[in-house]
Amino acid sequence: MASNKHNQFLEGSRAISLTVANIQPDVISAYPITPQTHIVEDLAKFQADGQASYEYLRAESEFAAASIVLGASAAGGRVYSATSSQGLLLMMEVLYNAAGLRLPLVMTIANRAVGAPINIWNDHSDAMAMRDAGWIMLFAENHQEAVDWHVIAYKLAESLNIPVAINVDGFIITHSHENVIIPDKKTIKKYLPAYQPKLGTYLNSQQAITLGGFFTPEHYWQEKRQADADLKKSVNTITKAYRHWKKLLPSPIALKPRFDNGLVEYCGPSQPKTLIIAMGSMSGTIKEALRDQNQVGLLKIRSFRPFPGRDIARFAQHCQQLVIMEKATSSGAYGPLYSDVMAHVPQFKGVSSNHIVGLGGHDISVKIIHNIIKSSRQAGLRFW
Amino acid sequence: MIQIRIHGRGGQGVVTAAELIALAAFNDGLYAQAFPAFGVERSGAPIQAFVRLDKRPIITREQIYQPDILIIQDESLLLDQSVLAGINANTKLIVNSSQTPTEISRLLKKRLSANQIITNPATGIALELLGKNLVNTVILGAFTQATAVITIKSLQSAITAKFKDKGQEIIHKNHAAVLAAYRYVRQPS
Repeated sequence: MASNKHNQFLEGSRAISLTVANIQPDVISAYPITPQTHIVEDLAKFQADGQASYEYLRAESEFAAASIVLGASAAGGRVYSATSSQGLLLMMEVLYNAAGLRLPLVMTIANRAVGAPINIWNDHSDAMAMRDAGWIMLFAENHQEAVDWHVIAYKLAESLNIPVAINVDGFIITHSHENVIIPDKKTIKKYLPAYQPKLGTYLNSQQAITLGGFFTPEHYWQEKRQADADLKKSVNTITKAYRHWKKLLPSPIALKPRFDNGLVEYCGPSQPKTLIIAMGSMSGTIKEALRDQNQVGLLKIRSFRPFPGRDIARFAQHCQQLVIMEKATSSGAYGPLYSDVMAHVPQFKGVSSNHIVGLGGHDISVKIIHNIIKSSRQAGLRFW
Repeated sequence: MIQIRIHGRGGQGVVTAAELIALAAFNDGLYAQAFPAFGVERSGAPIQAFVRLDKRPIITREQIYQPDILIIQDESLLLDQSVLAGINANTKLIVNSSQTPTEISRLLKKRLSANQIITNPATGIALELLGKNLVNTVILGAFTQATAVITIKSLQSAITAKFKDKGQEIIHKNHAAVLAAYRYVRQPS
């Protein structure tokens, strides 16, 4: 696969597909949906051209694609899929099963709005629909983070037996071109050895096991409690895996963050009066908007599940204004990110506000961000 | 940072033009970002694409509201209100037109002065050298000459890389067309 450690100028989808090919999964299955298409078209082509040796199965639906990679993972394979929007919704039953069965699936979500009204553009409504499925959910700000997360995702999935979803903003990341470093196979192999699950942990006739047993009321809740504990515990693994990877593949950054543990990244003054909390590609534009603001900081959520509540509390507790910007709604309630943040800052005495931005691809401009900051002394939920 | 906004119509290669500028600048050692105003593809519909170039990594992702350089692939778009949005006294306008900068300035009710405007008969050059009305690369020759943001050499290398699947003939024709547009500006007839 054409790749090296040098800077390249690539479309986001191409950066992701090259990285996935270099990770060398055994089985890829997907069903094409905008804006995920370029990623899976690339991966299908690499295989068809003989540049990659994975099995590529174009499924008849997203439900089938998810089921195929679930099956391949249960049989001990390293697997990959990608989807968006309604496609993710169609996968939903399988996604819960993948997490419950503790199978290390890795999937890209090219985030897109959910219909109706039909809309192909970006927001986080699709991701929020799988919020409670039990997956690790990571969000990327730019091409480089998307690339990094894909490698780290396999490390996490295969060491924790928890499936991982990497969220990349549809079009904004998938269809834009920028500078990015693609890790080659050798660099990836140093970090992520070939996947060989232990006999007795996957479907193999030499040592038969049952996957997906029936759990009665006495045991079901205990299994769920265990899954919750394991997902919460994964915060330490994520920090370790993130730091290890960035040592192997350092990349240029525009703005050195004051704090970054892989779960959250903080940019801004040491004692911000106002703290913005956001996820994904809008973080870049927010950082740009904060260049002329000396009392406002940005806490970027990199990992939405597990939710980095402790880190958030540490940064949010002493601010006067908390500004949560998010690309999803929970009609009739506050946004999902806002609700999660507020549950973790019981001591917070200031004003908190929830700003629903970028729905269905609505551009998030520096001007909108400045207006949000100006309005931050007023509590409540607002659409922009 | 230099911010460039390109206006054209669906099917005219607006997005490709943005990518070519960015790739040429990248090859010159700059950080670059190119992205379309993502739409559902419809032939003939007004389309915008954006390019940012900088010496340091680019973090903002908003659309370009205050362009330093405007490239208009289709003259008929000049009267579209959104095309001139965010211009200032330093904005340079490069337009595919056989009219003079003074005439275009008058057409725009002097919102831009003639010395901010570069006109280039890209359609004529495209018809002559490419054999069809596809101006997206041609107008970049005029852009290169007028702004010196990228060199004609790096533009031609970007065309070679981007069009490698289209074959040598198309690459050579495009090289010749951008060069003709580049030279036209320097030596107006």
